[in-house]
Amino acid sequence: MSKRLLGLLLVLPALAVIVLLFIVPLAASVVGAFEVEGGFGTGNFIKSFELYRADTVFTVLIVSLSTLLIGLFSIAIGGYLTLGENPRAVAILRWLYRWPMFIPFIVVGQILRTFLAKNGLMNNLLIGAGVITPMQATAFLDWRGIVIAFVWKQVPFVALLVAGAMASIDRGTIEAARNLGASRLRILIEIVVPQVATTLLVGLILSFVTMMSVLSVPLMINAQSPTMLTADIAFRINAYGDYGVANALGLISLVITSGVAWIYLRHTMKERA
Amino acid sequence: MSIATLSVRRKLGVDLWWLPRAAILGLLAFIIFGPLLNLLLWTVAERWYFPHVLPLDYGFSVWTRVFSPRGNAMDSLQNSILVAVLTVIVSLALAIPAGYALARLKLPLRSLILLAFLIPQAFPNLPVYVNIARLFYQIGLNGTITGVVLVHAVHGLVYAVWIATAAFSAVDPELEQAARSIGAGPLRAFRDVTLPLAMPGLMASAIFVFLESLDEFTGSYFVGAPDVNMLPLLLYSAGAGGNYQIASITALLLLIPSIGFMLIVERFLKADVLSRVGH
Repeated sequence: MSKRLLGLLLVLPALAVIVLLFIVPLAASVVGAFEVEGGFGTGNFIKSFELYRADTVFTVLIVSLSTLLIGLFSIAIGGYLTLGENPRAVAILRWLYRWPMFIPFIVVGQILRTFLAKNGLMNNLLIGAGVITPMQATAFLDWRGIVIAFVWKQVPFVALLVAGAMASIDRGTIEAARNLGASRLRILIEIVVPQVATTLLVGLILSFVTMMSVLSVPLMINAQSPTMLTADIAFRINAYGDYGVANALGLISLVITSGVAWIYLRHTMKERA
Repeated sequence: MSIATLSVRRKLGVDLWWLPRAAILGLLAFIIFGPLLNLLLWTVAERWYFPHVLPLDYGFSVWTRVFSPRGNAMDSLQNSILVAVLTVIVSLALAIPAGYALARLKLPLRSLILLAFLIPQAFPNLPVYVNIARLFYQIGLNGTITGVVLVHAVHGLVYAVWIATAAFSAVDPELEQAARSIGAGPLRAFRDVTLPLAMPGLMASAIFVFLESLDEFTGSYFVGAPDVNMLPLLLYSAGAGGNYQIASITALLLLIPSIGFMLIVERFLKADVLSRVGH
């Protein structure tokens, strides 16, 4: 048997599961987005734009802002773990940063819903420090709560990937730049980050699409308008059984994530070329 | 600069640098542990409302209610763990051959195949779950453990396949060739040489799949509920009903395996494997 055929046979069962249990229902949802009473049409999209234009913009802004912050914090953490000169501080950071990584999203939603609430620990501390009075305390349970939840949960995952890639960089170039007098910040930006760009990009894309799919965090932290598209989709189905608009909203978020997947595809193609 | 002033400066410098370091690390510790502490307070709070800074009464009465034979937490816990273990078995059975092929054998369209496993992560899965639920309903899989496991396995395959591929690429192919050249068959060489060497990476992918399944809310919500009770569903319904004590206790139950795995993951996921993820 040729190696190619054997390889395809080994990959086939896993691919079949993806096709049958994801691509087929995905296709069904794309088709369903155009299904209107008595045929096909764009009625669902017109309704989606009328009702949920603001939420679409809101979703894109929230997820983009979260991705940006996740990238910055991951580079900062990975960079300090790689270039930090104080072994004790590096060890503390290494121990500290990973805690939220495996905490389920639904638990993150519950934890931050109580933490950011009016009588949550955050406001209590601000009141205790005299920054605000008890009557000024407001809940952070709006777009800020969603961004905080996403960043809190995803930074450790991306930082773990980035720090792992940074650790396998050739130390020689870093030492050489250091000997020539480059600052650590400059080494991080000009030498370390470009070498881990692919890993960083993979981590950020996985985070972006994860955030686009999470239902529990927007439901638990901010279910009022404006909210994220995932909450709208669940609402259309639970409240109205309206699969048409739900599928249309699904297709809109699909187009947004396809844009991100395209960036990854173009990057890997360029790298292989 | 003389050696004496240099050492004085270093001494002072180390002391002074600990000020910003401690401030930043302390802030980070608060950001990470503050919310967790808040959750712990809620699990033992009997009464707590605004503007009281701390709970008014403490106690374990909710715990006894949650763990009573009539409470559904134990049922949800058993279902969640059973589903997660089955999901790991299904995902790894599919991912080990696929990862080996992607790492070692010359496959046409290799990067496209790798990308195909990202699809369940790359597309908003809510409408997909809705349509799967409709499909499963027709063939009698809706509201069964099998149905939930299948949905979770699709989602876990990206971790399983990508990390398994990275783990197999990190194993030196010459070791396998050496085993072959002293007479081992291809299956024997795989079982006795490549598989044990890739094992830490495969364990890491099993951990990711297990936690992904435990974490999963949306699929369980549409395919499992209300027949198959799972911990995330219990958490959500308790929180939506305003019962923060039960929600927090359930959240704590979900936290324990997550944090346990977090503490050991680096033993399995080494830098040589990590740097190959996605390549």
